[in-house]
Amino acid sequence: MAVTVSPESDTVATPIQRAFREALYAGAVSLGLFVLFIGLRTDQNISNELILVQRWGLLALVVILTAVGRFLYVGFGQPALERAKAQKAAAPAVAAEPSFVRRNFNKIGIAVLFLYPIAMVLLFGFQGSLKWVDNFGIQILIYVMLAWGLNIVIGLAGLLDLGYVAFYAVGAYAYALLGTHFGLSFWILLPAAGCMAAFWGVMLGFPVLRLRGDYLAIVTLAFGEIIRLVLINWREVTNGSAGISGIPKVSFFGLISFNVSDPNYISKVLGIAQSGAYYKIFLYYLILLLCLLTAFVTIRLRRLPVGRAWEALREDEIACRSLGINTTTTKLTAFATGAMFGGFAGSFFAARQGFVSPESFVFLESAIILAIVVLGGMGSLGGIAVAAAVMIGGTEILRELDFLKTGLRWGDTTLIPGFGPDFTPELYRMLLFGVAMVVVMLWKPRGFVGSREPTAFLKERRAVSGSFTKEGHG
Amino acid sequence: MNATPSSSDFILQVEHLSMKFGGLIAIGDLSFQARRGEITALIGPNGAGKTTVFNCITGFYKPSEGMITLNRKDGSSYLLERLPNHEIPARAKVARTFQNIRLFSGMTLLENLLVAQHNKLMKASGYTFLGLFGFSSYRQASAESIELAKHWLEKANLVDRADDPAGDLPYGAQRRLEIARAMCTGPELLCLDEPAAGLNPKESAALNELLNDIKDNTGTSILLIEHDMSVVMQISDHVVVLEYGRKISDGSPQSVRTDPRVIAAYLGVDDEEVETVLTEVGDEAVIEQLDTGPDSAHGPGSSASMMAGPVSDSVEHADQGERVTVSRGASKAAQVDARARAAVASKPVKPVAAAKPASPAPAKPTGRSPTPKPRGGRK
Ligand SMILES: Nc1ncnc2c1ncn2[C@@H]1O[C@H](COP(=O)(O)OP(=O)(O)OP(=O)(O)O)[C@@H](O)[C@H]1O
Ligand SMILES: [Mg+2]
Repeated sequence: MAVTVSPESDTVATPIQRAFREALYAGAVSLGLFVLFIGLRTDQNISNELILVQRWGLLALVVILTAVGRFLYVGFGQPALERAKAQKAAAPAVAAEPSFVRRNFNKIGIAVLFLYPIAMVLLFGFQGSLKWVDNFGIQILIYVMLAWGLNIVIGLAGLLDLGYVAFYAVGAYAYALLGTHFGLSFWILLPAAGCMAAFWGVMLGFPVLRLRGDYLAIVTLAFGEIIRLVLINWREVTNGSAGISGIPKVSFFGLISFNVSDPNYISKVLGIAQSGAYYKIFLYYLILLLCLLTAFVTIRLRRLPVGRAWEALREDEIACRSLGINTTTTKLTAFATGAMFGGFAGSFFAARQGFVSPESFVFLESAIILAIVVLGGMGSLGGIAVAAAVMIGGTEILRELDFLKTGLRWGDTTLIPGFGPDFTPELYRMLLFGVAMVVVMLWKPRGFVGSREPTAFLKERRAVSGSFTKEGHG
Repeated sequence: MNATPSSSDFILQVEHLSMKFGGLIAIGDLSFQARRGEITALIGPNGAGKTTVFNCITGFYKPSEGMITLNRKDGSSYLLERLPNHEIPARAKVARTFQNIRLFSGMTLLENLLVAQHNKLMKASGYTFLGLFGFSSYRQASAESIELAKHWLEKANLVDRADDPAGDLPYGAQRRLEIARAMCTGPELLCLDEPAAGLNPKESAALNELLNDIKDNTGTSILLIEHDMSVVMQISDHVVVLEYGRKISDGSPQSVRTDPRVIAAYLGVDDEEVETVLTEVGDEAVIEQLDTGPDSAHGPGSSASMMAGPVSDSVEHADQGERVTVSRGASKAAQVDARARAAVASKPVKPVAAAKPASPAPAKPTGRSPTPKPRGGRK
């Protein structure tokens, strides 16, 4: 971490002197930046006139905080970091034995995921657990599945696909339409929706095979938009922007239903009290199993010749051709496989919402899924799952930050004042989202897990550092 | 050479191959053959079109004209210019390496060699479906492919680094790995584009050994582009020399190395040098020509004038990227021919001079350096 801010004359100054000076600079910069943003605020008075509200106190607070922060960082933070670095450099020979958690990360993760709804029910009761299981658990897992699907296309095959949400939409509408019109069950429609999405993956794949890099990205982006516009405008079939409602619920293989009116409703079959939480918990386990299926298939495929060919394609397409690999079919299988998982996730999404409309399939969704893949580290399932939890869970949890309005209280005394009742943390979601991404990308340019797990080994499996792998170019 | 070699003696037959890029003739009417089980070297100065020949053979370029026939051991023949790119390694069993190494740098050495066995493994995995469900037939094929990879890693002396990323290898090792990867496709013809480029003498010797080993133990024929004459002269059985896309010589290493046209093409016979040689010899006609320019009365030599001096200076160093439309007059080899003809035609009577002009050009260079060195910089 090279510090380039300090001028040359600093070489003689002690850290504290330097910190003091830099704190002054930082304070001055923040004063200049915020004087208009924070110091003054336009508002309306009772007679609807525009007035300027002056907030010098707040401005002073922000400036002082900035200066103090800079002082602490330069005076104490940096020397400590450098010392730590020097220490690390001094004793490099000790190859750190990965901690227990790290070694068994996957197993622990799966166990936690299986126990999660039970823990929530125990903690918050059936009704209280709804929010945690649905808004957090299911929501995150849907994105995990989508990101793992996209990971096949981008992370493994290196084909930059910005229209991935189109396959999600195809899956969702396939289930919604076939389910409402023909009353087919989820268990038939799930594979059907997957096949349909895979078919469209191939349809998209054909024309874009010859494109690479930026061009491929733009065409896939356009494809995503085309699908959305078709959904909006093909009113007779898709009901336009109004969407399709009344999508049938998933049943437990037809044995147990989650419709209160059905004779085999779960509480009647099992003789327990009625609650909407059963369905959510059931959906949670369903999406968890779908995710595990995705992970299993991805891991298996990576060790099969197709998966290796995908990765080889990402590394060097020309070399692939010189080895007799049919790059056309290899790319198409990557598109199709990725799209299929998108389709599965889409049909699950439709079943969970009971309602689909083109609103759910805008470009922002593609961008979020892509961001998750990039943040997690292209190609790494664990990293992507963590990234999905952080990004989706993070934005969801911002809805929960009530204390930002009220401030932190202990009994009747206010410890930290809040931003007042008209502050809505949700509005800052995207801002925080962006800041988080920038920070992660600076801190770990190749995502949470930058290294690559080899698919075969002779003596020992050693992760390949991210600096050798390529991102692919089309 | 045998009296009448049957076509199956040749693994590769290139006939009247031409490749044009716009106005640039990168290869012009090239014909040559590579014998089965031999190492055939393709040499020539920078920009002669060697890599372009490889790209035509391996399907990366579609030749403008000509026919490339590959005869496999089992008797089947393939017209390579008609096969799609990826079927040439898969069906015609031609493997290649690249001048600027193309490894899968983020994959381990072992994985690189497994990717090379893609088609075989794909079939064994039932086009993925059997493999996905873990059928034992695939597991067996997979184990066999690892054995084969290990075999070639051992041959390339890389087995200790099998689990390291390919991008982490030193340059020489990357070259060996690329050859090992090509061999893992089980080729009958192996095309190597400058395998010794950038190797130190020790590595170069190791490479010679590896190539001889491949030739002797696998029955794979090798087509080799190389600038390093020590490699070419030591291991090749047959040498084809290109200059400006045309074949200027073809034969055993011995005959090629003493061919005046080759020496001229490689060393560049500066016009002044030729002049001095001829002037020393006392060729008055030449001296006269030097003063007055080409004289149409002087027979066949006039068409390809040796006065092409200024022109050839500008194309002398045809660097990569620089596009030069080559006239016949720019070719050094053609100049040697022309000179010889001109000299013979102009001075048929003088006995002293008649003996010498027949080999004016080689006289000097051979004395200076026994093995021609490439002229101009390497890429
Ligand atoms: N794709 C292409 N488009 C246009 N011109 C090309 C192309 N490929 C090669 N050439 C030209 O064809 C000529 C022969 O190039 P080639 O790369 O085959 O030479 P080479 O004999 O391999 O040279 P070197 O020894 O430097 O590798 C050069 O003038 C080059 O600029
Ligand atoms: Mg070349």
